[in-house]
Amino acid sequence: MYPANFDYHRAGSVAEALDLLGQNEDAKLIAGGHSLLPMMKLRLAQPSQLIDIGGLSDLKGISAGEGSIRIGALTTHAEIAASAELAEGCAIVAEAAAEIGDPQVRNRGTIGGNLSHADPASDLPGVVLALGGTIEIVGKGGGRSVAAADFFVDLLTTALGEDEILAAVTVPTLGAGTGSAYLKFEHPASGYAVVGAAAIVTMSGGSCESASLCFNGVTATPLSADAVGGALAGGSADDAAIDAAVDSNLSVDDPLSDVFASGDYRAHIAGVYAKRALREARGRARS
Amino acid sequence: MAVLGTSIRRREDPALITGKGRYTDDFSSPTMLHAAIVRSPYAHARLGAIDTSAAAAAPGVVGVFTAKDVEAAGLPGMVPVGWLLPDLKVVAHPILAIDTVRHVGDGVAVVVAEDRYQARDAAELVDVEYEPFDAVTDPAGATAEGAPLVHADAPSNVAFDFELGDSESTEAGFASATQVTEIELRNQRLIPHAIEPRATIADYDSSTGKLTVRMTTQNPHVHRLLMVLASLGLPEHKIRVIAPEVGGGFGSKIHHYADEAIVAMCSMQLGRPVKWIATRGETNLTDAHGRDHVTKAAIALDADHKIVGLRVDTYATMGAYLSTFAPSVPTFLYATLMSGQYDIPAIHCHVVGTFTHTTPVDAYRGAGRPEATFVVERLMEEAAKEAGLDPTELRRKNFVQPDQFPYQTQVALEYDSGNYEPALDRALEMVGYDDFRSQQSARRAGGGKQLGIGFSTYIEACGLAPSAVAGSLGAQAGLWESAEVRVNPTGTVTVYTGSSAHGQGHHTTFSQIVAEKLGIDVDAVEVIHGDTDAVQFGMGTYGSRSAAVGGSAIWLSVDKIIEKGRRIAAHLLEAAVEDVEFADGQFGVKGAPDKSLGLADVSLQAYLAHNYPADLEPGLVATTFYDPANFTYPFGAHIAIVEVDTETGEVELVRYVACDDVGNVINPMIVDGQLHGGLAQGIGQALWEGAVYDDSGQLLTGSLMDYAMPRAHRLVNFELDRTTTPCPHNPLGVKGVGEAGAIASPPAVVNAVVDALSPYGIRNIDMPLTPEKVWRAIAAANGEGSE
Amino acid sequence: MKHTVRMEVNGTSVEKDVEPRTLLVHFLREELGLTGTNVGCETTLCGACTVLIDGKSVKSCTQLALQADSMSVTTIEGMATNGELHPLQQSFWDHHGLQCGYCTPGMIMASAGLLSQNPDASEEEIREGLKGNLCRCTGYQNIVKAVKSAAESM
Repeated sequence: MYPANFDYHRAGSVAEALDLLGQNEDAKLIAGGHSLLPMMKLRLAQPSQLIDIGGLSDLKGISAGEGSIRIGALTTHAEIAASAELAEGCAIVAEAAAEIGDPQVRNRGTIGGNLSHADPASDLPGVVLALGGTIEIVGKGGGRSVAAADFFVDLLTTALGEDEILAAVTVPTLGAGTGSAYLKFEHPASGYAVVGAAAIVTMSGGSCESASLCFNGVTATPLSADAVGGALAGGSADDAAIDAAVDSNLSVDDPLSDVFASGDYRAHIAGVYAKRALREARGRARS
Repeated sequence: MAVLGTSIRRREDPALITGKGRYTDDFSSPTMLHAAIVRSPYAHARLGAIDTSAAAAAPGVVGVFTAKDVEAAGLPGMVPVGWLLPDLKVVAHPILAIDTVRHVGDGVAVVVAEDRYQARDAAELVDVEYEPFDAVTDPAGATAEGAPLVHADAPSNVAFDFELGDSESTEAGFASATQVTEIELRNQRLIPHAIEPRATIADYDSSTGKLTVRMTTQNPHVHRLLMVLASLGLPEHKIRVIAPEVGGGFGSKIHHYADEAIVAMCSMQLGRPVKWIATRGETNLTDAHGRDHVTKAAIALDADHKIVGLRVDTYATMGAYLSTFAPSVPTFLYATLMSGQYDIPAIHCHVVGTFTHTTPVDAYRGAGRPEATFVVERLMEEAAKEAGLDPTELRRKNFVQPDQFPYQTQVALEYDSGNYEPALDRALEMVGYDDFRSQQSARRAGGGKQLGIGFSTYIEACGLAPSAVAGSLGAQAGLWESAEVRVNPTGTVTVYTGSSAHGQGHHTTFSQIVAEKLGIDVDAVEVIHGDTDAVQFGMGTYGSRSAAVGGSAIWLSVDKIIEKGRRIAAHLLEAAVEDVEFADGQFGVKGAPDKSLGLADVSLQAYLAHNYPADLEPGLVATTFYDPANFTYPFGAHIAIVEVDTETGEVELVRYVACDDVGNVINPMIVDGQLHGGLAQGIGQALWEGAVYDDSGQLLTGSLMDYAMPRAHRLVNFELDRTTTPCPHNPLGVKGVGEAGAIASPPAVVNAVVDALSPYGIRNIDMPLTPEKVWRAIAAANGEGSE
Repeated sequence: MKHTVRMEVNGTSVEKDVEPRTLLVHFLREELGLTGTNVGCETTLCGACTVLIDGKSVKSCTQLALQADSMSVTTIEGMATNGELHPLQQSFWDHHGLQCGYCTPGMIMASAGLLSQNPDASEEEIREGLKGNLCRCTGYQNIVKAVKSAAESM
């Protein structure tokens, strides 16, 4: 409940934040603080310095571009859940953000903090992965983009360098033929995802053009079930096809396990929720 | 102007809804210090050297203490047990561990600093040597040969071996039976989780030798007494215990914990007020837990489906030490309830209490009665199924009938009153039982999510009494309650009650009692509680006792006030005492309607004593120590409807209907509120909650990240009604309602889930009914792997 | 090293020097004496410490005081105006939406945040909207009733 001591700097610009970050390898960025402060209160994290980037307006906001939507790192989950741009162009991000924690957490937690913390049971990583999103990163030497598939490296570990800042996430605009759904099996205590199934299905003339399926909560990093999507493509994606695609192609290696849900059970739920999410997504696709 | 029985708004609320209510942590002073307790990370270890030098040198630190300092200070330094069973193995429980730690969270040192952040910083610098040993955590496994011993002087980890009932007649009943239904049950360990963590501020004044302790307590006088006798050894009149606003207790704030004694010692050593506020993690490791039983039980029926015998064998763990009232919970508050609402001619209950390397277990909402009700009501459901009877039918066939009261059970209790069928009838009517069964059939035919219905026709025993009986059963305290009613000179009233509310609304309900009887406005009554320097001795609030015992004490004190008032009024009105009647706040004279005096007129004269009866003392104050003749016996019928997703095992509570009989009701709104809260806790036990230890004794559910509490979005609106069978032996006719919901609901919910899954032949799933357990039960029934 | 923090709390400007690690809830309680906001857990899961920051509900235990710099904070003490209870306070009282009262300030502030976003919240939306707040006494039934009733009167 009582964090250890640290120095505090409020960054006035991204450049200043990068400077500060470069000067102290033990420093941590803080924005909403909803990933970091809980760890610090339990003294599981004891950074010597916090760099508060919460005031950097460059990193805020949602903007729709040509074929994609850019979400600034400091955009809160509540803002994402309520975003008209996302509701229109990429609803699954808003749907997943609305599942995070509770209203108070969503009012403060940010997408940048969420993704860079890379908690496997969080709701956004698997969604960004299913969408084939891109993570924009800035460092002293300039910016770089990392595909979501390359961003999540391991449990609580990402491709973000210690001296870099996650600046934004870009997700594709989904057309009318594409339906998406995020279905969450919530941990009854923490509210985190035991299983979060993110499904995106593109239909055309009654047949499935493409499908993608990813999970939060099931494995140490968001799990992409490419084979399931592949099996659905070119078919009808009706209930029977979805069942068959999941039953034959979903494999879960090294599932997470805790007191509430064993690895076997998580893998089972992943299958059930995959089918339900894919059906829902297909139903939302206007082909 | 009847006020008794009406839903007036609570008088305690204006402070609480504006942030002005003052809980322990809300008190501070410029000289206050802050304590952090260093706790064992091991469940079982030999305690080696404790190096406090780095902590002592840390910024802001003014003191670091260990068990050696407790000894040096000359304090008795023990946490006592207040209920002694015959042959109970009483083990030592030092306030700071000496030589050995016995559960994760056992205190080994305390650091006191200028602020709470500094105290926590320095606590991390206390260097403690531990030599860890194997631990035992299972209530039954503790007695296995070779299990690690929790206390060297408690062989086989047995704390007690308890029996109630008659094994011979029970075996005869079983021998004569045409059906015997057996069940194995686990009543899992729970963590109380009052939202306000436990807290203590101790302030020792060396100039007067007086210690003032403001703390989270349900029974300040009991806390004071236990500090005097076991932990601190100060004279009783030199300790003042104050319960400010207390943010929920549910049993967990009854007990005397090491922590308050440690904090008091710090204040005595340092001469400054010391505050200790538990973190949630600390409360989860140190608040006495509840339940944790492993049980085998069986019920025997004859050819007419009448119960001819009930047999129960339970292992109940005490945890690492004997908490304040722990030995009473799985014995006299458990075995005594095994007759339920049923006329059972032969019962035998055997309980082995064990020590384990876990947090001590003690009373938690319901305390023994939920565990008993779970056994009885699960057995009834399974026996009905086996007999091919509707579960309500088997219950009806065996209810104690109205003409059987008072009904002597085979497990010590004598039920004073009851009428069980009307409550069941009403609950069935509310739920629409016939319609439900047809919906259920349709679902079964259609597959997918399955519906289930579960029943619990429970009885409980509140207001443990009388004191002499409690004493004969091992209580080291009386179980009466006190009330002093003072009519002030101007006719307003101040009540001093030994009950100690922490959310129950006594300020309101006790005022209603006084206002009704004295014919005054509720706002003319003040209720004082929770301060040992203000209130005559009191036993506190727990066990659903405060209305029945504490309220009755107030009632009887008001009777004494009225009696004295009649004598004063008779003198003033120049009438015979027997001609003076009191009604609607007026002392009048029979047959002389123009002659009357108000309460304020009489009270003023009582304090002036100018024109006053020669044989009366001045003043208008009455005190009662009310010792009830018997327990009270609330009962009711609860029905849960659930939906089970058979693909995932997820259970959703769909409806919850209950018809309770808690006797007369003082404030229906408050009574319903008590039921709501109890139901949430009982449903929480059935579906979500559970403390889990690993084999090394680590608590895997030590934070709210893992311990699943009932939340708003997972519960439904409870549909409640009442029947009213007044308690015949207390003046209010009330029975108590604080625990009913937590007692009745776990079997109702579990029965509903098992009912939903009956096509699979599933007979039992242990609580909490997590999706994985339900799914595994279904998979096992389908022959897909083992459960 | 202490830093200066300035914010508006219940309509009053405050300025204090604090250690960076000071949590907002401790700042409110200990620096400003606003003890109505309570602490019930340490994992951002009980909601007892909920306050409004710039009108939005936030758990003040998971927020450094410094992070609220130049923001406007409302606590339970700031809800009543000119001695008149806020409709939520009144409704919690009228409908017995509290027992021990410890979760109540956080529950009222979370409800205020909820109704500011969704003034016509349904019962289900209220239950979902309060999922971040634990109450161990009421079983939530009368809390939900109180919020629904307040919404209707606001």
